[in-house]
Amino acid sequence: MTSQTSTMVSLRGVDVPMVRCGSGPPVLVLHGGDGPVDHLPFVKSISSSFELLHPTHPGFGGTPIPEHFDGLEDLTFLYLDLIDSLDLQDAILVGFSMGGWLAAEIAVMNTGRFSKLVLVDSVGIKPGGPLDRDISDVFALSAQDLQKATWHDQSLVPNFPEMSDEELQTIASNKIAHGLYTWEPYMHNPKLRYRLHRIDIPTLLVWGENDGIVTPDYGAALRDLISGARLSVIPDAGHHPHIEQPAEFTARFLEFASG
Amino acid sequence: MRAWFFTEDAYPYLPDADSYESIRVNLPNKHFDPATGADLYNMYLDMWCAADEMGLNIMNNEHHQTATCMVPAAPIMLGILARETKNARLLILGNPVANRSQPVRVAEEMALIDVLSKGRLECGFVRGVPYEIAPANVYPYRGTEKLWEAHDLITKAWTTHDGPFNFEGRWFHARQVNIWPRPYQQPHPPVWVTMGSAGSAAQVAQRGHVGGVFLAGYPKIRSIFDGYRKGYLDAHGSDTPIDRLAYCALIHVGKTEKEGLEGAEKLLWYMSSNKVPPQFANPPGYHAPAMAAAMMRGNNSGTGLPTSTNLAEQMARGNVFAGTPDQVYDQIKNFYDYCGGFGNLMMMSQAGFMTFDETLASMRLFSEEVYPRLKELTAGYDAGEMQEIRVALPDVENIDISNLASEFVR
Repeated sequence: MTSQTSTMVSLRGVDVPMVRCGSGPPVLVLHGGDGPVDHLPFVKSISSSFELLHPTHPGFGGTPIPEHFDGLEDLTFLYLDLIDSLDLQDAILVGFSMGGWLAAEIAVMNTGRFSKLVLVDSVGIKPGGPLDRDISDVFALSAQDLQKATWHDQSLVPNFPEMSDEELQTIASNKIAHGLYTWEPYMHNPKLRYRLHRIDIPTLLVWGENDGIVTPDYGAALRDLISGARLSVIPDAGHHPHIEQPAEFTARFLEFASG
Repeated sequence: MRAWFFTEDAYPYLPDADSYESIRVNLPNKHFDPATGADLYNMYLDMWCAADEMGLNIMNNEHHQTATCMVPAAPIMLGILARETKNARLLILGNPVANRSQPVRVAEEMALIDVLSKGRLECGFVRGVPYEIAPANVYPYRGTEKLWEAHDLITKAWTTHDGPFNFEGRWFHARQVNIWPRPYQQPHPPVWVTMGSAGSAAQVAQRGHVGGVFLAGYPKIRSIFDGYRKGYLDAHGSDTPIDRLAYCALIHVGKTEKEGLEGAEKLLWYMSSNKVPPQFANPPGYHAPAMAAAMMRGNNSGTGLPTSTNLAEQMARGNVFAGTPDQVYDQIKNFYDYCGGFGNLMMMSQAGFMTFDETLASMRLFSEEVYPRLKELTAGYDAGEMQEIRVALPDVENIDISNLASEFVR
């Protein structure tokens, strides 16, 4: 059993809350648009053999959005500073959804501090043409349609009316930050596909088989742009396989991370 | 008092509202019949021309991807009116500059209208309602900052006459700005900006522009106008001139009270038909987290508009002025006294299925029997005296409408 510690990393005036847990080789975890994942069961399972470093992106979890922040590139450079300040060596870089895009942006800059890369139901590229909706427009979907696209198990859908005001405001703030980082070009960087060849470390893509936000076909398109990358599809899971199938997710992560 | 005739140019011939999710953003345009639309555009232009002939001023606006407003480009309609009308001031309220990528283009369009109309343009800037976000594809976070930066670029473009200047701001970039034509009015057309809180009002007041308020009613009007007056005093060291404040309500004047109220019921189409789902009314970045959270819980429509479609309730709130000419004057006068006075009345006087004849009958009664009294009312405006009247009236949420219109029974 490992305990979590919360620290604040200060980077040139931007304070980034970070949860550390476990011991072992470092794993930098970048969460997606739904906010921090440090409280989820899979974290506990992984932390028995790795040290997880889980920062919260500015704007999420009730933190302020820095005045000069306009988009994902600002996060990329913030984390390049964070990675330097932590002096990470041979770390595993893991990103979920928007955090997967962020991880890819970091990796194409420099993989020097990382040994492996894991992208989970990640966004970041646009495989199709102008008329193709490659990534569901999560900001224009009704709540019901968004739930259908997100979850394999519809019973996991969040119930807003039952939440406290504080919880709802955090979700609302998370959505503001999510929109800021992903609005236009929507959830992708048109240049990224021309840079992904620079990723020279073993890369695993984990995907929920029933993800309706970005389908496994999207995952395959992303895989094909990263040399030697492998796509691992988890059945009975949607956009969050680490929540819907935590045991399977952990097993596939550990197999790749320890291999 | 200056009165501004306003219609939002609805396309009201829609299928049953149960058959579609939203009247805005995603309502398929197969429901728009171009031939019907052509008739409606011409009818609306005729209404504005009639307003000009009656001595009223003209106000128009734009919305996008919606049947509530067929005009996605207000400057085009205003360009026609610049040519077709003779005397009316022409107010656009307004240009959604936070959502438009080229403020210089806006400066050019406005200058053209001002020149063509020989100096009759009044130019409004608005942030835009939340359901404009999806059509514009512009992230609404910091929309107010964008609005003011666009405003700065546009006013600079209007007032620079010695060749190109450079503008490289946070949001907008233009390195060789030198518009042709320049405006007819000097130094530039009067500017209006909408405001919905004391804070936003103070920003308008600091720049000395006209502040426009829509349907805030008794519950909110004092805080907004007070915010403006304080901001104006702080920035300029003098009382707010009454022509700096504007209020918009739904207005229908009838020969009888019954006729006035029946017309007002038709105007409530504005509220009753505004079916918008949460994903368009509450896009991320538009509302502050507390407001967005309340909307997620379902506590607030987020439309900024009062949601009730009950006429008596809307009249009691000060959002609708309706009845005989005497009654309408009394209702406006009461609201005027309560909020400390305003010099511009924006009149939403046509909506939904209200016909050309019904609209003109009300406009005529207003212009002949109500408007002269309102002009007299504001002609005698004295800031100190007005504040004494205002202070004597306690804060209220709703007024008792029966005190104003004795025959009012619903």
